[in-house]
Amino acid sequence: MPGRARILLWSAVIALLILLPPVAEALKQTFYIDLLRRVMIFAIAAASLNLILGYGGMISFGHAAYLGIGAYAVGILAFHGVDSGWMQWGTAIAASAVVAAVIGAVSIRTSGIYFIMITLAFTQMLYYLGMSLEVYGRDDGMRIKTHSQFWGLIDLADPVSFYYLVLALMLASLYLVHRLANSRFGMVLRAAKSNEARSRAIGFSPYLYRLAAFVIAGALCGLAGALLANHTAYISPDFMHWTRSGEIMFMVILGGIATTAGPLFGAFTLLVLETLLAGWTEHWQVYLGPLLILSVIFFRRGLAGILPGARDA
Amino acid sequence: MSGALLEARGLRKSFGALRASDGIDFDVLEGETHAVIGPNGAGKTTFISQLSGDLRPDAGSIRFSGEDVTALRAPARSRMGFARSFQITSIYREFTALENVALAVQAHAGHSFRFWKPARSERALRDPARAILDEVGLGARAEVIAANLAHGEQRQLEVAMALATKPRLLLLDEPVAGMGNDETQRMVTFLASLKGRQTIILVEHDMDAVFSLADRISVLVYGRIIATGSPQEIRVNAEVRRAYLGEDA
Repeated sequence: MPGRARILLWSAVIALLILLPPVAEALKQTFYIDLLRRVMIFAIAAASLNLILGYGGMISFGHAAYLGIGAYAVGILAFHGVDSGWMQWGTAIAASAVVAAVIGAVSIRTSGIYFIMITLAFTQMLYYLGMSLEVYGRDDGMRIKTHSQFWGLIDLADPVSFYYLVLALMLASLYLVHRLANSRFGMVLRAAKSNEARSRAIGFSPYLYRLAAFVIAGALCGLAGALLANHTAYISPDFMHWTRSGEIMFMVILGGIATTAGPLFGAFTLLVLETLLAGWTEHWQVYLGPLLILSVIFFRRGLAGILPGARDA
Repeated sequence: MSGALLEARGLRKSFGALRASDGIDFDVLEGETHAVIGPNGAGKTTFISQLSGDLRPDAGSIRFSGEDVTALRAPARSRMGFARSFQITSIYREFTALENVALAVQAHAGHSFRFWKPARSERALRDPARAILDEVGLGARAEVIAANLAHGEQRQLEVAMALATKPRLLLLDEPVAGMGNDETQRMVTFLASLKGRQTIILVEHDMDAVFSLADRISVLVYGRIIATGSPQEIRVNAEVRRAYLGEDA
């Protein structure tokens, strides 16, 4: 059984992530705290996409929409003087869920290429909406002057406190998706992905289950958006650009679709590679592309597929 | 055998100029095994797909247990007691045999908006699934990924999934297609063991299987039923011999 390997793997991952801030501070390399925090925020976004793409077979090419909605919810409320993190994050999650419900209700009736195009089209609409919001900086975006406030319980302006909060939320998100995927609910999603005709013949109507998964994924990605706004202290329509959707999708695939740890591995690898290559050459994208293609060819089940303990179903 | 469990009246379905169902009247009595035979391209799968709700007829009606189900789609008919196997094996290939059947049990165990408890360890799903696998003779193969089962075992698994929904009417579309002799014999023996307690519509090419299992046989040719009767009656029916049996035998 993969039980022991899995415990070992997760213990190592969690220990490394906990130890990173003190080590980075001791070595005066606080940049890495920032980088890993970003990685973990994107791991949440990727985990949410993994629920619908990996387990549900719904290839949403517009997942950055919820990242943007979550970030704009924080930015807009902060702009109007609402600093309460409870309000901001609650709004981020709720607004993302509502938009996901609308997009999902339309798109889930389709499949294949139509599904991809509809989810992309909706996100482009939101992107252009962001580009046209005069008050909130249009295409320039805008700075967020104060971090989300949580009654003084935690200070997000402190990079290390914020890091540990993100770590906790990321682990909770990965665990949440893991539980969902293995529940009765998740089995319906996975079964419908595997063979929809069979599902219908034994009495499942997949639509509502898919829609529910779509809304949960949107809400979770909205949380990632709220975190991202605090991380960058800045919002811009670029958060919703289609290349961002593609990046999140790539994290899922690279990490290993329909695996618990995949989104974290994918986000880590993509963002760290990006950073390393960008420090080495300004044409880093030229090198990143082929690397990614090779990795998909050789690790067909993603990075989680080559690590014992991460290869869960 | 009491009254008709299923009554189809005037079913019509065309694909372009092709009349796949051309006014089919068809009854299934409670408890009987009713076979549907016919040459290739006679419209057998089109017919059974209208009964299961996978295809919507252009005209005609289907009543099940006295209720009009013509407008209901496949999932709703499944919940009323229809279950179907497909001509081309349709199972969840990435899941184990046990998980396949457990999913069929789950589909009929209330709604599935249960988000937390791992479904694989739920005894309410596993135990009945295991019992059905034992019944069809796949008990020892429960933990094998369905894609790795032999062809005959996959067909058995599909029947097991259908049975797991506790159907009142079992629609079997060529259950022994592509099977070897031994596998066919096992399947026929198993289906024979269901006789009397399970109402079955059996679409099948294998005449030995049909004549040993069926209580009644309907012959479908070019979208029309040209004869219905006991195996003996069908065997001696001149029109049937001309249209069908003569070609094959």
